[in-house]
Amino acid sequence: MYVLTDNFSLYGKGFLGTLELTVYSSILALLLGFVMASFRVAPVGSLRVIGTVWVAVLRNTPLTLLFFAVLLGLPRFGLVLPFKVFAVLALGCYTSAFICEALRSGINTVPTGQGEAARSLGLSFGQTLGNVVLPQAFRSVIPPVGSTLIALAKNSAIAGAFSVTELLGTYKPLNELGYSIIWSFVWIAVGYLIITLSISALFNLMEKRWGVAR
Amino acid sequence: MTHSATALYDIPGPVTRRRHRLYGIAATVLILAALGWLLYLLFDTDQFTAAKWSPFTYKGIQELLLRGLGNTLKAFAYAAVLSLALGAVLAVGRLSEHRPVRWLSTLLVEFFRAMPVLVMIFFIFVALKVQPLPALVAGLTLYNGSVLAEVFRTGINSVERGQREAAYALGLRKTQVTTYVLAPQAVRAMMPTIISQLVVALKDTSLGFLITYEEFLHAGKLIASNLDYDLPFIPVVMVISPIYIGMCMLLSWFANWVGGRQRRNPKTEAVGVAPAEPGTLLPGRQEPRV
Repeated sequence: MYVLTDNFSLYGKGFLGTLELTVYSSILALLLGFVMASFRVAPVGSLRVIGTVWVAVLRNTPLTLLFFAVLLGLPRFGLVLPFKVFAVLALGCYTSAFICEALRSGINTVPTGQGEAARSLGLSFGQTLGNVVLPQAFRSVIPPVGSTLIALAKNSAIAGAFSVTELLGTYKPLNELGYSIIWSFVWIAVGYLIITLSISALFNLMEKRWGVAR
Repeated sequence: MTHSATALYDIPGPVTRRRHRLYGIAATVLILAALGWLLYLLFDTDQFTAAKWSPFTYKGIQELLLRGLGNTLKAFAYAAVLSLALGAVLAVGRLSEHRPVRWLSTLLVEFFRAMPVLVMIFFIFVALKVQPLPALVAGLTLYNGSVLAEVFRTGINSVERGQREAAYALGLRKTQVTTYVLAPQAVRAMMPTIISQLVVALKDTSLGFLITYEEFLHAGKLIASNLDYDLPFIPVVMVISPIYIGMCMLLSWFANWVGGRQRRNPKTEAVGVAPAEPGTLLPGRQEPRV
């Protein structure tokens, strides 16, 4: 029971580590996912192929294998970066494939007539995209992107097992200090619940404000 | 072509098509350049030397890899069967008429879906001091079972109301209605989603690597850290990833194939589901009942 109060700084560091990983990887995943989604709906064949291959490969890659390859493999090419950066890279790329699919199906929910109407009013490609298609796609994209980011927060636990400072990794020093292992895991679980439920609440709020009226 | 099916742009004319072709060539050149650079890096860091690839010719190493692959598939088989069973039990619990049963199953499902799988696996492995294989299987079962429970429940709830009403009107009991009328239709319609969730389970068996379960990745790590073969890390990744990714892709492709068949199957007509991606429901959210 006293595990938390005695080791507050250790838990705090782990919690912030998980939060940091989640935030940075989310940003990377959203950016990369957006780029890949625009590739996948582009009129250029070879860009579509890149997007499709990216999604097909990364969605079917076990995240542990990706961490294994990135964290231990990239240094063999002489690329030496902090483990945290590698972890963000692996998590971000992995999640970008799921974000890409969410965004793409969001764009596909916009009826063709909307774009046709916009064009027949004389709007340019940029205006059609920015004023008509994307605002509508954004509404239907909120829930799937939210759940993808929750999955990302949960997946960040794998980084802890690869010795990045992170919430799950805190069990090890606590175990060596002789604290009750069950209670230290209870507080780790609470930490993850705080993060996932906050993301969930944030996205529920966003959906209430901007979501599609059902 | 996909050109006509999008709200983004018109069907291109000859000038635009020429421009697109130009973009396409430019993009292809860029990709080829990137791939060439990667290949150069591989050669430059001596990844194709005989010393690094020779281990794969030895019988012992091949057996080690095969044993790892077998262990991965074994964990997957156990986890798949048990999560289907747990999912069925929890779904029945969530659909129960008894409030305590319903609450308990809801609590379990929501908790296990919100927890990272790895935390559960580590908890079972470290705190309960269970062997690696049972710990891995138990963790995967709890998580995937909870997700599958939601899939089953959504499926049963989205069978057209008339089916249920007709079955009750014929005098069937609740259990009979569920087992004879609702579940067969729901399972059929949900099959693609169920298989996609099994892909998640297959991918997550690699978490066993982190608790020293002797699976495929573990075997690879053993070979990769061998000084006798000049630390063949990249070759190991190049051998292991296609097999892993290929297995998952095959299962994903199977899910898509089943999905395509189900859409044309008149037996699923009465189920109005738009299968969600596996595990993409926000925790604590109620799915809209169709």
